[in-house]
Amino acid sequence: MKHFINLFRTFSLWELIRGLRVTLRSFFRRKVTLSYPEEKTPQSPRFRGLHALRRYPNGEERCIACKLCQAVCPAAAITIESDVADDGTRRTTRYDIDLFKCIYCGFCEEACPVDAIVETRVFEYHMEQRGENIMTKDKLLAVGDRFEQQIAADRAAEARYR
Amino acid sequence: MADDSITIEVNGEPREARPGQMLIEVTDACGDYVPRFCYHEKLSVAANCRMCLVEVENAPKPLPACATPVSDGMKVFTRSEAAIAAQRATMEFLLINHPLDCPICDQGGECELQDLAMGYGRDVSRFTERKRSVADKNLGPLVSTDMTRCIHCTRCVRFGDEVAGIQELGTLGRGETMEIGTYIERAVQHELSGNIIDLCPVGALNNKPYRFSARAWEMEQRRTVSPHDGFGASLFAHVMGGKVKRVVPCRNEALNETWASDRDRFSYEGLGAPERATTPLRRRDGRLVPCSWQEALETAADLLRTAGASAAALVSPSATVEEGFLVARVFEHLGSANIDHRLRQRDFRDQEADPVMPSLPCDIRAVDSVDALLVVGSDLRSELPLLAHRVRTAALAGARVSFVEHRAYDYLFPVLARHNNVELQAELETLLEVARGGQGEPQHQATVDALRTAEDAQIWLGQIALRHPEYAALRRAAAALATETGSQLGYLAEGANAAGLALAGVLPHRAPGGGSRPVSGKALDELLRSPPETLLLLNVEPVHDCAEREAAQALLSQSRIIAVNPFVDESTAAHAEVVLPIATWAETAGTFVNLGGDQQSFQAIASVVGDSRPAWKVFRVLGNLLAVPDCDYADADAVLAAALSGMGEWARDTTFKVSGDLPPPPVASAARNLELGPYEIDSIVRRAPALQQVGRRAADEANKVA
Repeated sequence: MKHFINLFRTFSLWELIRGLRVTLRSFFRRKVTLSYPEEKTPQSPRFRGLHALRRYPNGEERCIACKLCQAVCPAAAITIESDVADDGTRRTTRYDIDLFKCIYCGFCEEACPVDAIVETRVFEYHMEQRGENIMTKDKLLAVGDRFEQQIAADRAAEARYR
Repeated sequence: MADDSITIEVNGEPREARPGQMLIEVTDACGDYVPRFCYHEKLSVAANCRMCLVEVENAPKPLPACATPVSDGMKVFTRSEAAIAAQRATMEFLLINHPLDCPICDQGGECELQDLAMGYGRDVSRFTERKRSVADKNLGPLVSTDMTRCIHCTRCVRFGDEVAGIQELGTLGRGETMEIGTYIERAVQHELSGNIIDLCPVGALNNKPYRFSARAWEMEQRRTVSPHDGFGASLFAHVMGGKVKRVVPCRNEALNETWASDRDRFSYEGLGAPERATTPLRRRDGRLVPCSWQEALETAADLLRTAGASAAALVSPSATVEEGFLVARVFEHLGSANIDHRLRQRDFRDQEADPVMPSLPCDIRAVDSVDALLVVGSDLRSELPLLAHRVRTAALAGARVSFVEHRAYDYLFPVLARHNNVELQAELETLLEVARGGQGEPQHQATVDALRTAEDAQIWLGQIALRHPEYAALRRAAAALATETGSQLGYLAEGANAAGLALAGVLPHRAPGGGSRPVSGKALDELLRSPPETLLLLNVEPVHDCAEREAAQALLSQSRIIAVNPFVDESTAAHAEVVLPIATWAETAGTFVNLGGDQQSFQAIASVVGDSRPAWKVFRVLGNLLAVPDCDYADADAVLAAALSGMGEWARDTTFKVSGDLPPPPVASAARNLELGPYEIDSIVRRAPALQQVGRRAADEANKVA
């Protein structure tokens, strides 16, 4: 008897019709697929993408080399060397983030007492050579300079939750 | 009272205490921690931070544990509601004016205020008025200041007063306007002043060379021994990434208590000097060019083999026992006994009567309880800063200390008599005459009486005496005086390991263990007079390390030099045939024997620089190339074991046995270069920038006065 039913289903294209029903239902549903890169998903102000080092509006680096981000980093991705700057302040002489090690947890941003290290909304980046995975201080500052408006707006939007 | 023990109750537990003890000593002893800032067990009680308030039964108000003497039946509560409330209130007041700059403060992570604020501080400040800010003081190249952070515990002030003996820091103003400062701007100059960095419970006084270069939690703490003087202070090196970031004292009651001298604390800066030899070098066409270790070692071995019994070696008095032992073995195999570590000594006439090892007649700890002391030819504070501190402790406890010196040095404790005379020997002879019943001035009589009546009387020969062209005569006079007055003789030899090297046989006239050699080699004076064909230097820069600088320069230019040095200075570079770069004390395992006879081994604390190698490995390979039998030591411990078995049983014995008349000095040399700044003594210190600045400032000030 079981054999007979299977035979009937095969020859009446029952499975195909069932599959096409799903297709037909989805055909009239609202579409969720985006055609990246022309279209993009909306991002939260809390998005944790590529890192940046920020400056104060007068151009002074925010980072004071307290090394709390290095201490809190669970992946040990941050390497900092510090020294006395020419003006007598505490500054980094080296600030490297290894993007291969980083797990984008955002702890560095949370630990920072001066909002210097932040994670931006940038997620579209790639590297072609070995060594490009190291974000040096210059690269991080450049990212910060480029996206400062967005970064500042995001921090302002989130300020009441922090 | 015979039974001077009373019982008090701390948090409901009965505790034993001695009458007169302060409460905090009892609670510390039984492990009930009471928070404190101004209390320090080595300093007097000030009770001005009020952090240690505890509740005592029947007392109307909380009492400061550091300034409350115990009494029988006292009931103390260190963690009761009232005690905690008092401590929290104190903390709130302390934090009113303390800046919130922990992220940039070097004390952050090891700060007593930060720790206690975690335990007793409120999370939100109720203070809305203006915070106080204080101008930073310039205390010189060693100590950085951020005086806004100061909480007025006055530990630094009390340290100057009570431990250093000179009040370099004081308080100005009162209440809100109180400031710690130097009155008139000047650098702190006392040789122990670096300790105020450790004493400061907050980040107001900090380490200047270390400033902003690392954080407390990143560094590894490794134990080591001071490589600069025969005191052998226990130290901790804080190391990050194989580099020494700073040095702090390691508590050791038998030696340095909780202090470190500035020389020990800041010398690490010299380790990374640009003159550091990082690769083997050999001379080719008149120039030193880099070469492989193999080539350099073979060149050195060839030079030594060719020279054979005429080869000579100069060893730094701060070389380890292992290094000294291996040099002695290699030279014994060559048939040469021309090895010496007494680099600044000029007079070797009586060397047969030298003790087995130069040392004090007692443990270093026992210096505290010396009753009478005569120091001959010594700039004690610069030679052995921490020993000077021990002598100060003894003097304050009533010891009668006198000095025979060629010029008046500044001692910060009561001195019985200063026998100032450029002719040290004449002065000693006068003392000796007085001791034998002759006539002398009252101060001579006082010194002799002090030595004679004291139970524990000592006569020390300092480093100026050791450098003196008439050292042998000085020593005979001092020894005679010691016999006459029933005192013991002590030697303040230079270097961290003079005693260990003497035991290891790095002497022309002594075999390992202090036995005499069948044929004595040439001591330094003979080597300087007739330069050997081939000379090996182990961490020696002759022009700077020998007292006779011109002769040392001639020695360099007339001998073929094998420089086994961690640094290449100009004069060595100009003359060395081959340079074998070695590790400093920081990068090798080794052993020092200090002036109290304590044998202290240490491990490497930093990673080796460039292609340099520990010296014991270099000499092991040299030994192999020269076919020295059984020279395959696996590690420094094996070398030490061999060295110790060669040294046999040894003991401190400084009694001087006179043998025959003293021959006249072979060549009369002038008494010059007797004095040596505290920061000129060895190759590492000479390259530590901060210490050199202090040295220059001190010299400038001395010139101004003169």
